[in-house]
Amino acid sequence: MTIFGVLHILLFFFVVLALTKPLGAYMHAVFEGEGILSKKVFGPVERVIFRVFFVDAKVEMDWKRYALSMIMFSAVSMLAVYTILRAQGDLPLNPQDLPGTTPHLAFNTAASFTSNTNWQSYGGETTMSYFSQMVALTVQNFVSAAVGIAVVLVLIRGFTRKSTSDLGNFWVDLTRCTLWILLPMSSILALLLVSQGVIQNFDSYKEITTVEGAKQIFAMGPAASQIAIKQLGTNGGGFFNANSAVPFENPTPFSNFLEAVSIILIPAGLTYTFGKMVGSTRQGWAVFAAMSVIFLAGTFFVYNAEQTGNPTLDDLGVSQSYETGDLASSGGNMEGKEIRFGIADSAIWAVSTTGASNGSVNSMHDSYTPLGGLIPMFNMHLGEVVFGGVGSGLYGMLVFAIISVFIAGLMIGRTPEYLGKKIGPKEMKLAGIYFLTTSAMMLLLTAVAVSVDQGKVGPLNAGAHGYSEILYAFTSAGANNGSAFGGLTANTEFYNTALGISMLVCRFVPMIAILALAGALANKQKVPTTAGTLPTDSPLFVGFLVGVVIIVGGLTFFPALTLGPIVEHFLVNAGILS
Amino acid sequence: MSVQMPNAPEYREGRSEIAKQRQARASIWNWPIILQATIDSVKKLNPLHLLGNPVMLVVEIGALVTTVLWLDIAFGDRAEGGFFTAAVSVWLWFTVLFANFAEAMAEGRGKAQANTLRAMKRDTMARRDRDGRIEEVPSSELRIGDIVRVEAGEIIPGDGDVIEGVAYVSEAAITGESAPVIKEPGTDIRTSVTGGTTVTSDWLRVRISANPGETFLDRMIALVEGAQRQKTPNEIALNILLATFTIIFLLAVGTVRPFAQYVGGDVTTTALVALLVCLIPTTIGGLLSAIGIAGMDRMVQRNVLAMSGKAVETAGDIDTLLLDKTGTITFGNRLAAEFIPVGDHSEKEIATAALQSSLADETPEGKSIVDLAHRLGYNGVGADPRAELIPFTAETRMSGMALDGHRIMKGAVDAVSKLATNIPADLETVSTRIAMAGGTPLAVVDNAEVLGVIYLKDTVKPGIKAKFEEMRRAGIRTVMITGDNKLTAATIAAEAGVDDFVAEAKPEDKMQLIRDEQALGRLVAMTGDGTNDAPALAQADVGVAMNSGTAAAKEAANMVDLDSDPTKLMDVVAVGKQMLMTRGSLTTFSIANDVSKYFAIIPAMFIGIYPQLDKMNVMRLSTPESAILSAVIFNALIIILLVPLALRGVAYRAAPAADILRGNLLIYGVGGLIAPFIGIKLIDMLLVLLQLD
Repeated sequence: MTIFGVLHILLFFFVVLALTKPLGAYMHAVFEGEGILSKKVFGPVERVIFRVFFVDAKVEMDWKRYALSMIMFSAVSMLAVYTILRAQGDLPLNPQDLPGTTPHLAFNTAASFTSNTNWQSYGGETTMSYFSQMVALTVQNFVSAAVGIAVVLVLIRGFTRKSTSDLGNFWVDLTRCTLWILLPMSSILALLLVSQGVIQNFDSYKEITTVEGAKQIFAMGPAASQIAIKQLGTNGGGFFNANSAVPFENPTPFSNFLEAVSIILIPAGLTYTFGKMVGSTRQGWAVFAAMSVIFLAGTFFVYNAEQTGNPTLDDLGVSQSYETGDLASSGGNMEGKEIRFGIADSAIWAVSTTGASNGSVNSMHDSYTPLGGLIPMFNMHLGEVVFGGVGSGLYGMLVFAIISVFIAGLMIGRTPEYLGKKIGPKEMKLAGIYFLTTSAMMLLLTAVAVSVDQGKVGPLNAGAHGYSEILYAFTSAGANNGSAFGGLTANTEFYNTALGISMLVCRFVPMIAILALAGALANKQKVPTTAGTLPTDSPLFVGFLVGVVIIVGGLTFFPALTLGPIVEHFLVNAGILS
Repeated sequence: MSVQMPNAPEYREGRSEIAKQRQARASIWNWPIILQATIDSVKKLNPLHLLGNPVMLVVEIGALVTTVLWLDIAFGDRAEGGFFTAAVSVWLWFTVLFANFAEAMAEGRGKAQANTLRAMKRDTMARRDRDGRIEEVPSSELRIGDIVRVEAGEIIPGDGDVIEGVAYVSEAAITGESAPVIKEPGTDIRTSVTGGTTVTSDWLRVRISANPGETFLDRMIALVEGAQRQKTPNEIALNILLATFTIIFLLAVGTVRPFAQYVGGDVTTTALVALLVCLIPTTIGGLLSAIGIAGMDRMVQRNVLAMSGKAVETAGDIDTLLLDKTGTITFGNRLAAEFIPVGDHSEKEIATAALQSSLADETPEGKSIVDLAHRLGYNGVGADPRAELIPFTAETRMSGMALDGHRIMKGAVDAVSKLATNIPADLETVSTRIAMAGGTPLAVVDNAEVLGVIYLKDTVKPGIKAKFEEMRRAGIRTVMITGDNKLTAATIAAEAGVDDFVAEAKPEDKMQLIRDEQALGRLVAMTGDGTNDAPALAQADVGVAMNSGTAAAKEAANMVDLDSDPTKLMDVVAVGKQMLMTRGSLTTFSIANDVSKYFAIIPAMFIGIYPQLDKMNVMRLSTPESAILSAVIFNALIIILLVPLALRGVAYRAAPAADILRGNLLIYGVGGLIAPFIGIKLIDMLLVLLQLD
């Protein structure tokens, strides 16, 4: 590790830390309809919108109605994306005359974008028209993110409200979130990105003669507007195939910094919003702290692994150390990384994008050292709770908190409670469904893929690394991450269908479990806090929560990871390249 | 509302043989119970029995699978791996047996309690009174409303209320208390009788209040036997968590084979079953029901009968304790606290006079005056036989003695003042001050001279303040209820250190107070004995009825204290907390154990495919087989090693939640991470030593 790298990681973290409170407070004001801005500006505009769409903002929904609205909305969204992609050839804003996609790719992409996964079995510039990118995909980038935030709002209301089944109004939450949080933030970010050179146009692709005299085609398009929301909404679906490694998507170290901060900005801010909503910002900071511990540990681990490089090269006498002066070298493992970002920025991004449910990349995770590549995968196995997806990261962490409270609460001799709500059989059942759904889909579908011929043909590499590629794909889909390890040919009927199903199941089944959990919690009395109550805002509890996250995630995927990245690590160290 | 005198120390010493037996059973090493439990643990192998315990069911299925594999190897033509598979199978069966043994032990201890109770449930003959006509019927034919007559030396044939007669009844069989108690009609606390207890003097006419099979004794037997044991909500929730872990590990282990085959190798089914069993939370899964049964049992050891496991669990959650002042916080009778001279008299004069007048006084007040005088260093000469006792009458409202021309009287201030020729000016102020502080002033007069006032005080029980302090540390609020005026109540409340008090309370105020507390989300516990307590006992989350109380109170409560000791409520809370803590600690231990098991089994399992994984064998276990076997053996042995802990419960101390968590996390969390690394290594070394690897 170099001092610059370490400082860079710390700078990144402190910028996020500094922005958490103001953003969290702003979001709180928006959701609760409080503050001058909400009352004077947002309120009147909302009222017009609600009138047009026949929404009665005062009607509160119970969890079932909320879930039904959410599912119906997502189903219609998915159908719209599917239709647009299939019919793309006959639609406008298609300067390259790209044809409609195959049914399985359209299904996969529709499932991917409505589930906030943004797994891409396609290359953007060679498959999607500007119309598809803007109307089908970017719209989903907004609303699928808003759906995630809406669901966590309901869960928080489950904690704050008592003896009621009223949990808010889906349409109101969706509107507020899209209009007053996602839209303004991505507009600002898009402009900042344009200032750095990210393109935003409707031109046809440009053929350019290079310095060497060769012809090269440059893809064009309205990139900045889509990239802003794909970062902020933890979507991650790149405008171009190579995602944020492409200069037109991410031209400078500053644009890279902005984009990386954007990945975890809203998820981090939501922890503060959560604290404000439950009436104790300490509770929010405790969750933030637990996330930060895992985030920093993961980032430094990856950074160290990548900066150390490949031991096989050391054996061959190749220097991998950081050097300045005439022999200037970044050192470490630079395979698959952009020179303009370097190792620390790549590590920050890799950990952020997998810790959060983003999935955009600025380097190729497939080319990381085994241990460097292990962490991104493990982050997803943990359920993406290290800041996590917008909304989904927080509700995932809150489910972990419920499990932690259950075990820790028993240890102090009380039936467990969290934020004043007793945790009983019903809550445990729903938490169980939440965990089992994703773990089961990840492991079982990987097992299927490594067993059937249609699956076995996918990976580029053989043996442990090929297995890692398949495991990563189903981990990414199951975690609604969307990042690709690379190396896997996924645009086949088998992978498109299996990954598509996985993304839908792993998005909506846990969401329904969360809504049901909110319903169960809201129905309960609130228990007062006494000296006998387990404090859930203490460093001790934060430590316990981190332990539970790591151990539960680790125990579930330890055998699977052993045969992939872990064994690769030992093989590389033994000088064997499988 | 009145409460019986609490058990003074001298009563406790007089405990009957039954009570001693009860204590003896609290010891783990009771060989007959261990023997019976061993037999029962084999009987419990019946898969139907394990249906309610998903974790152990998986272990048993695993044991069956490896046994079939072993038989296949033993009788087939394959020679490889026979011993290993057999050894794993044997230890998997032991795992199930050990878990069964834990449950059987807990049940056995309960059954032993039940047997003592059942011994007294002899079918006796009862004299039923049918409209004045007495007929002899077996007690099993008695129905609610029947009237029976019981003579001295006879066993009361069923639960009921005394409607006529006054008699001493020995309840030793139920309470372990050897001193007989008086029973008479028309009072809250002395009217109900329990079937199986013996009338030791006089006779009683009793109206039967329970049909056969539904009596107190029947319910008690069923409860301690665990026959009707229902899982508590928290137990169900924990079971769901354990089932979730089990399914997760089924997935994690079940997908290993396709993964291994993809990378070009394979793993044996025996190794997979061993891994699965080691990962699923067998420690807590095997001990969970034993913990629950033992919790009920610990209540019984403290002579408290909980009507359900849920009540015990709720006791651990209590936020507010509602305590009657009289009998619970104070002794309930007024004891001398101070001698206050009036006029120009000295403390010595009044103390000596008071001592003399009380030497022959057998009332608690009188005794306390003698005590106080002795404590202050005034030693009288002993009762003079020539002294003439003047007994207390309702008319004079004073008592005393006459000797050598002195007539020393003590009594109510206004009554005694009438004897005096000259009333000192400060008598009025002193007695008012005492009355305002909640005490009773007793004036002492020597012939016509008022010497001073004895301050009789409602005395707070020693040690109670420390107990309340402990409760406060554990986050439990104590609220005192009393019919006294506000000033008196405040004095006692401050002295006892309760958090809050309600003065001038009427019985119905209790109900309101419980409702108010519950509206704030608090869980409330209270004790009571009278019929007018019944609604409040039913409303409270934990209602403990005194055994001396009425049938209505016992019916409404969810616990009955056989010793009728209201301070027992605090023990009840501790037992409830202990049960939950044991569950939580063993769950943490169980999950933390998994880390080391992974490091034992995973490298052993894959080493055939990737020899480089030997680096993960951090314990340097000798061979893959001994590694797996050591983990399986450790996993089985830890269950049996933790049986005493499950039955006794982890230590409870009243402390803030964070402190308790830190302590238990260190022992069961960090300990649970480290201990198996050592244990597995030791077993592996032993296997090598015995050349079994």
